[in-house]
Amino acid sequence: MKRKNHNNRQVELPNFCHLGVNLRIALTVEAALVAGVVARAPNVPAFWAEFIELSALAQPALLLSLLALCAAGRWLRSLPYRLGVGFTLALAVAVPVLVTQWLKPLLAGTTVFPLIWVALFALLIGGGLLAYFNLRARALSPAITEARLQALQARIRPHFLFNSLNAVLSLVRSDPRRAEHALENMADLFRALMGDARQLAPLEDEVALTRAYLELEQLRLGDRLQVTWHINKMPADAMIPPLVIQPLVENAVYHGIEPQPEGGEINLNIYLSADKVHIVVRNPIATDGSHHKGNRIALANIRERLLLHFDLDAQLKLEPLGAVYQVHIVIPYTRERTQPAPAHPHRR
Amino acid sequence: MNAPNPPLRILIVDDEAPARSRLRDVLADCAGQLPVVIVGEVDNGLDALNLVQQQPVDAVLLDIRMPGMDGLECAAHLNRLSNPPAIIFSTAYDAYACQAFDLNAVDYLLKPVRADRLVRALSRAHSLSATTLEHLREAHPKPRTHLSVNEKGRIVLIPVADILYLKAELKYVTVCTAAREFLIEESLTRLESEFAETFLRIHRNCLVASARIREIGKLPGDDDGHFLRMDGLEERLMVSRRQYSTLREKIKSI
Repeated sequence: MKRKNHNNRQVELPNFCHLGVNLRIALTVEAALVAGVVARAPNVPAFWAEFIELSALAQPALLLSLLALCAAGRWLRSLPYRLGVGFTLALAVAVPVLVTQWLKPLLAGTTVFPLIWVALFALLIGGGLLAYFNLRARALSPAITEARLQALQARIRPHFLFNSLNAVLSLVRSDPRRAEHALENMADLFRALMGDARQLAPLEDEVALTRAYLELEQLRLGDRLQVTWHINKMPADAMIPPLVIQPLVENAVYHGIEPQPEGGEINLNIYLSADKVHIVVRNPIATDGSHHKGNRIALANIRERLLLHFDLDAQLKLEPLGAVYQVHIVIPYTRERTQPAPAHPHRR
Repeated sequence: MNAPNPPLRILIVDDEAPARSRLRDVLADCAGQLPVVIVGEVDNGLDALNLVQQQPVDAVLLDIRMPGMDGLECAAHLNRLSNPPAIIFSTAYDAYACQAFDLNAVDYLLKPVRADRLVRALSRAHSLSATTLEHLREAHPKPRTHLSVNEKGRIVLIPVADILYLKAELKYVTVCTAAREFLIEESLTRLESEFAETFLRIHRNCLVASARIREIGKLPGDDDGHFLRMDGLEERLMVSRRQYSTLREKIKSI
């Protein structure tokens, strides 16, 4: 886990073709050159003379190094981080050394820097810059994780929203009490959907939310939607990422129940086994295969959120079992309100 | 003023019971502006087709998304009638379909439906042309569950699952099921692309239901000639040389 940063992603080499990266490198090198010359020059005219002299060598070396790094960037980034750093440094040293060698005859009469100095200078600057880029990547990525989690916030299907509103409207006159209850369910659902996607939530709350959602669906689908819950062995106090169960069940309704004239049964099974929380959702496979794409997007969303919260400790498995489609999620059992993974360092 | 028009006879088609009762309520609310009589309420396209043929219907309020036969397919079959009813589609949310409706200037209702919208749609409701329906179905490409023909003024539905083969003959396509044959006025190429998952091409003029193929055999005395037998069919169908290899590949993968 050494090379991993807060969001459990690998630290990568910077993209050397990016303008920001190039600017940072160029400015650092120039600053180091200026500092070096200031230290040697006794007065201002001497400073200028020496700086210009040095620049004749240093600017081509810098530009060519940047070009070489940009050209090799894709390859360097594909290597394991340590190896990549090694080759980057080698390149950052080799280019200035070669340039010095090549320019030597042209620069006759001026101060010639020993190759070893050039190499040492390049190595120091290169090492320092890479350390800086590494720190920067670590410092920034928790923010990226948080933003990503927010962006992955489960969204309600407009189809469901408008059909539910329509169903509630139909009840307002005939059965005002059921209409009230349905609106309460909708309020709960929307509160959760607009809530903080980054905090873990108690499993029992998530189950209650899923029940509220299913009541709304039953309102419009009637007997076509049958639901069986197996949650006697559910660890009610377990903390899980919010809105994982409800979207899975919404998928099951949308793909497994709605396309079938006779409807079907959704089966929910939540239990604790070997210190892991298992959530299993089953639905019949619809004969008409018209909307598989939306399904994959919703599942990819849940998969990524699990990854951001638990890294590789959580799993999402899709299992078509004959006429039944099963989604099986395994999450580490935790009762802490705070994040187990440091994906949520509360740094602002 | 004119003499009062007879009330508009309306059929409500929606798979969700609350949606139907909501439409009933709203229609009752605007009875003052627009006299209507609800002649029926069904939850699927097949029942809608039956009902329209049993009693006169002026306008059908037709939900697009329904399990089995959807609203657009139902409208296409209704259009086989010599005097089809006016059709008003309704949907809760369907970005692509709504775009297609706007493009083709087809009036539609968004659920939850408002009374004034409903009155406006009903008062200018009209039946749809075949081309318009075709455009709408292109925006919402989903294979039909049935093919249909008009026989002596009645719509006969042919479940796609019952079809053994489709054969192009001059300007018609023969649809063969175990029970009988039908002639439909559609193009084989379009049928092929619409039902790409169900039918395989075995000849320039013939598509067969891949699930019903029983055997592929070689014709005696001919090097390249192959024939094919289907479940429940006496007749042998010719496989063209060009289609034979692709057919074999596909059969293997099934």
